[in-house]
Amino acid sequence: MYEYLVNILFSVTGNQFLAQASVMILIAALPLFVVILPYALAAVLAERKVSAFMQDRIGPNRTGYRGLFQTLADILKLIQKEDIINSEADKKLFNISPLLVFAGSYAAFAAIPFSGMFIGTNAEVGIFFILAISSLVVAGILMGGWASNNKYSLLGAMRSAAQIISYEIPTALVILSIVMLTGTLSLNTISELQTAYFWNWNIFGGAAEGFKQFILIPFMIAGFIILYISTLAEVNRVPFDIPEAESELVSGFHTEYSGMKFAMFFLAEYANMFAVSAIIATVFFGGYQSPFGYLGNTLNFPLLIPFEQFFWFMIKGLFFVFVQMWLRWTLPRLRVDQLMTVCWKYLIPYAFINLIIIGIISLL
Amino acid sequence: MLKTEEMILNMGPQHPSTHGVLRLEVELEGEIVKNVRPHLGYLHRCFEKHCEVLTYPQIVPYTDRMDYLASMYNNFGYAVAMERLLGIKVPERVEYIRVIMGELQRIASHLVALGTYGVDIGAFTPFLYTFRDREKILSLFEMTCGARLLYNYIWIGGVSHDLHPDFLRLTSDFIRYFKPQITELNNLLSYNKIFIERTANVGILPVDTAINYGVTGPNLRASGIAYDLRRDDPYSIYDRFEFEIPVGKGTMGTVGDCWDRYFVRVREMEESLKIIEQAVASIPEGNVQEAIPKRIKPPVGTIYSRVENPRGELGYFIISDGGLNPFRVKVRAPSFVSLEVLGELCKGHFVADIIAILGSVDIVLGEVDR
Repeated sequence: MYEYLVNILFSVTGNQFLAQASVMILIAALPLFVVILPYALAAVLAERKVSAFMQDRIGPNRTGYRGLFQTLADILKLIQKEDIINSEADKKLFNISPLLVFAGSYAAFAAIPFSGMFIGTNAEVGIFFILAISSLVVAGILMGGWASNNKYSLLGAMRSAAQIISYEIPTALVILSIVMLTGTLSLNTISELQTAYFWNWNIFGGAAEGFKQFILIPFMIAGFIILYISTLAEVNRVPFDIPEAESELVSGFHTEYSGMKFAMFFLAEYANMFAVSAIIATVFFGGYQSPFGYLGNTLNFPLLIPFEQFFWFMIKGLFFVFVQMWLRWTLPRLRVDQLMTVCWKYLIPYAFINLIIIGIISLL
Repeated sequence: MLKTEEMILNMGPQHPSTHGVLRLEVELEGEIVKNVRPHLGYLHRCFEKHCEVLTYPQIVPYTDRMDYLASMYNNFGYAVAMERLLGIKVPERVEYIRVIMGELQRIASHLVALGTYGVDIGAFTPFLYTFRDREKILSLFEMTCGARLLYNYIWIGGVSHDLHPDFLRLTSDFIRYFKPQITELNNLLSYNKIFIERTANVGILPVDTAINYGVTGPNLRASGIAYDLRRDDPYSIYDRFEFEIPVGKGTMGTVGDCWDRYFVRVREMEESLKIIEQAVASIPEGNVQEAIPKRIKPPVGTIYSRVENPRGELGYFIISDGGLNPFRVKVRAPSFVSLEVLGELCKGHFVADIIAILGSVDIVLGEVDR
């Protein structure tokens, strides 16, 4: 597909470099426009509808059929809004910050395998890349909080940086245990190893053989729980939404942002939610693999398989996004010291023990 | 490099969780609170001064606007004070109606307190549940007097309208409906692990501090003293009803912490339901306006009369010079006292705890500033 497009553009423009570059940009932009933006629009609406359902309300129901276009209308409104930069702000950093946050969360999608065919880059170090690139978000948040020259923003940014960096450790430890088990950093390979039926998923012991598989199950479930909790904290969702704790810090690091810059933080948050859900689905729940085999194989129509895989991947990812929303509208918020306690006193030691045990089992 | 100096943080008057227009000047060292200074007056409407140019019945609608979450009770307190000053006795039915309305108002007020407290801690959903239930109480009030927030219902010597014929039936329905809702609230919020972590052992109000500052109401009871004017200085017909006075026991932490203050309010709603049940069962027939004097000219003298409003001791001090207007009206507002003790409670806690503590003392700025 890449070469085909390059050839067409080369024949039109007559410039090899221009053709290659524009095709690359096109491919890079594809997931954004095909998956992430529609997903973010749907997720914001879903969040409001889910919360309305949980809170005995109706939710948005005026724009379009049952409020389907509500988010679209909101985004259009935000684009039209005046872009306010307060006079005391550090303008350069203030402007870069939302871009950096958005880029960090969006770049993670490059290495996420949506299906066997649809993957931005099948990098050998895919999961490492995701962990590394999503740390960019911290820099963006710190910049935004500092540049706003607002005390609430600064407090929010400081908390956020401390929180995200702390919770990266248990995340990395749990992912490391999977990497040890599978022997690869490539998310695509991890998904392929969990093929066929759902008992091959890592949460059920993965592709390990015989009794090893059964011994692994409790530790895998423990690992999943640790990973889920720490990713919740990494994307600043309730009960760990301390950086933007609205009852204390107004809206934390993005208090001073308005218009499209605010929308970028907002979209980045929802993109992040899906990114971490996708990682969980990939490392523990078979990634894009179907739990029961493929219709394409049964019908002897292999072209169908990538679409089926895409379907299953989205189902799994969106399920975890839904659980995040469910938690958000049920739980209160932890305090900042309690948040750190949860991470350093519980999650990290448990993740370490889990890592060691899984390592021993996989050596057996 | 960040210098480690004290930071002054201004919370409010435009802040999502200062419960109205309160400005807190917070001295921070990192995230630790060194000192909190509340600044008042953003909602000052000269209630007390204004009373001096109004006739006595004209004051009633102004009392509504003090504690706007418990308007019924403000009316009630003023009516009791005026009746004591005038030395008149109101019909039985009026007393029952007042008690029913007062206790419904207490539930409605506590529902707002508990719901917004959930929001302060970060749980948004209980807020909508409590407001849904409060809505039902407001509908009962609307049915009776036409208003949903500022009622002007309890007048000197009577009430403005008799009850709607369906009122008692619907109130009984509400009691049946509401009892399981308290359990639901407890399951969703009160016994939530994170909620307990946030509120237990936070903002402890020791008994002696509470007494020294003059804190009353649920905040005092949460510190372990069973002091309730409905029982200790009975007014109206509260001495006829059976009810308990919930006190803080330190179930989840220390006596007098935020969780205790929260939970005392939950328990008080149950007790209010008991009172309403008894009152609905025994309310007599009769005229509700026969004791209302047409033109009120109290004898020269002073009266201090206090009632237990949802936030504590609401006292009216009225000086009459024998004319049509009071010489002076002074209100002892429970929220004002509860706010004074805030600085004491917050010292050494985190920024997040200020919000938890402020929510737990449950102030209404309309009453603080008057």
